[in-house]
Amino acid sequence: MTTTTATHRGFWYRHPNLRLAGLLSAPMAWLVVVYLGSLAALFITAFWQVDDFTGQLVRTFTLENFQLVFTTPAYLTTVARTLGIALMVTLLCLVIALPLSFFMARVASRRWQPLLIAMVLTPLWASYLVKVYAWRAMLQPESGVLAWLIGPLGLESPGYGFIGIVITLTYLWLPYMILPVYAGFTRLPGSMLDASSDLGAKGWRTLRSVIVPMIFPSVVAGSIFTFSLSLGDYITAQIVGGKLQMLGNVVQQTYVSNLPFAAAVSTIPVVIVLLYLAAVRRSGALENL
Amino acid sequence: MHTQRLLKIAAATAAVAMVAAGCGGSSDSSSASSAEAPGGAAYAGPVGDGEGTVNILAWPGYVEDGSTDPAVDWVTDFETETGCQVNVKTFGTSDEAVKLMQGGGYDVVSASGDATLRLIYGGNLQPLNPDLVPSYADIFSDLKMQSHNSVGGVPYGVPHGRGANLLMWNTDKVTTPIDSWASTFEADSPYAGSVTAYDSPIFIADAAVYLMATKPELGIKDPYALDKTQFDAAIALLEQQEPLVGEYWSDYTKAIQAFNSGTTAVGTSWQVIANLAKAEGGKIESVKAKEGATGWSDTWMIAKDTKNINCAYKWVEHIASPETNAVATEYFGEAPSNEKSCALTADKDHCATFHAGDTAYWEDVYYWNTPTAACLDGRTDVQCVPYSDWVTAWSALRS
Repeated sequence: MTTTTATHRGFWYRHPNLRLAGLLSAPMAWLVVVYLGSLAALFITAFWQVDDFTGQLVRTFTLENFQLVFTTPAYLTTVARTLGIALMVTLLCLVIALPLSFFMARVASRRWQPLLIAMVLTPLWASYLVKVYAWRAMLQPESGVLAWLIGPLGLESPGYGFIGIVITLTYLWLPYMILPVYAGFTRLPGSMLDASSDLGAKGWRTLRSVIVPMIFPSVVAGSIFTFSLSLGDYITAQIVGGKLQMLGNVVQQTYVSNLPFAAAVSTIPVVIVLLYLAAVRRSGALENL
Repeated sequence: MHTQRLLKIAAATAAVAMVAAGCGGSSDSSSASSAEAPGGAAYAGPVGDGEGTVNILAWPGYVEDGSTDPAVDWVTDFETETGCQVNVKTFGTSDEAVKLMQGGGYDVVSASGDATLRLIYGGNLQPLNPDLVPSYADIFSDLKMQSHNSVGGVPYGVPHGRGANLLMWNTDKVTTPIDSWASTFEADSPYAGSVTAYDSPIFIADAAVYLMATKPELGIKDPYALDKTQFDAAIALLEQQEPLVGEYWSDYTKAIQAFNSGTTAVGTSWQVIANLAKAEGGKIESVKAKEGATGWSDTWMIAKDTKNINCAYKWVEHIASPETNAVATEYFGEAPSNEKSCALTADKDHCATFHAGDTAYWEDVYYWNTPTAACLDGRTDVQCVPYSDWVTAWSALRS
């Protein structure tokens, strides 16, 4: 018994490459076949046509779908709007997450830390739809919670539309920004802050020269989540977007009767995210994750 | 063991022989129509024991098992009687239904006229064998064998009910009763900013119906058969409407909430939305507008690749039977399809209110249909705009 185990272990020990292949083949197969495979299928579909009547695929090559997307001003506006929403959401998440995570990681006492993390995580347990519908009630013009809250200040609820979508998505994705940034702050060595102040740096200078460079990778990690999640969302736009559409809505509207066109539209966010990742990689933030 | 196997072989041989005989017999009489009929042959029957489950794709409010309202339940009895466990999935638009059906996994669908032909020609449905559905005989004859639920003389399902898409308003916001779509389409509408419209390409037909009344010079005969000029006029009208719209809806719960809260003052709606909104205490009125309306005529159809054919037929018979048809259509707020249902509704005036047998009422209600390049109204001198172009036009309008 013991001898067989020993030889067995010996075989894997003597063939590290085989061992690595054995360990990685299953997850790699999943990544390549299921994940990249479906992306490739999506991309190829974008060059096909549909039967006018049944809406079923006709596998003949055409560039019409991309042409239609890039020559219709309405779709270009939607691309710009979606991009704007994703950027605003990311920015807002960052503005809220930075002080909050700093407080959680460096100021709050050890007793409070787990509680604060739990509070940040709790909304993730609730259903996405419930949260969005809650925001629908909050944002309701005239009689909503927000209108009631800021009405006495002479302000009006933003109602359903661009701002509504940005607020709701910021609420939805905030935990995905807070968690990595919080982790970044906890990894920040206290000695560096001390050294900075020993060398005579005031608060702002420490923030700019020590804290920001140190947590930049965490911010980038968080922004990848908030940015790409916002870019692909369509249900929020449906519920609190009034009549505004995002790219996802166009896909959702057309994928039944014109799958290739929907595929062409879906490649846009994929390309945008890839460009974003490339930009991030160039900045060197990915290596520090 | 051995005998069982022999029996199976014998049964298979018999089945093959029967199919062969069936083909031979029909070749001289109706081969043309059955050869054209997509989806293969109808189930020969007889309807045997249930398979244990039936997966139903339905409009909201069509398959109620008591989970929406404990008093509203026409599923539980069916389950105990037949042993067919009902799994229901609802959809908000016909496009969604088509996509879900094409994905497979559903045995029965309640399809509207703008989905049926796409599903039939897409090979997703099988023809219906009316002999296996006793209630089929009692369905109003102007609902059977229509262009949207039959092909070449072969029926593809059992009609369920019909209704008109209504003009609905919140009486807090709209204080004087209205009867015209003008308040939703015309630029001078006093309700600008709180108009709603149905978020689906098929809504282009609603604009066409309004144009039929207001711009007769366009010569629109059928709102689903629009040539390029007529189609462009409908799109222009929708572009004029767009600034008036506060929200478009496709999710009926959102429509209920929007009407009840007053976020939406006026717009297109379904009777079931009016009923549920009123049940929640909303101040809602609805009417069939004077210009006429789009509407629906829904049909229960069976998937081509169903694994639960017996349960599927049992369900279709159950939902078409006078008792269930009466409860279901009364709950939804539409005209029943079964003539005998009218005697069984809780509100004895239900059939009169919803004009079940009133042929004249339905003359200016245009049932959802699938627009095709070959004009549905029979014109051959022009090409009509096919549905795929309706979809791109709608998504461009909405973007």
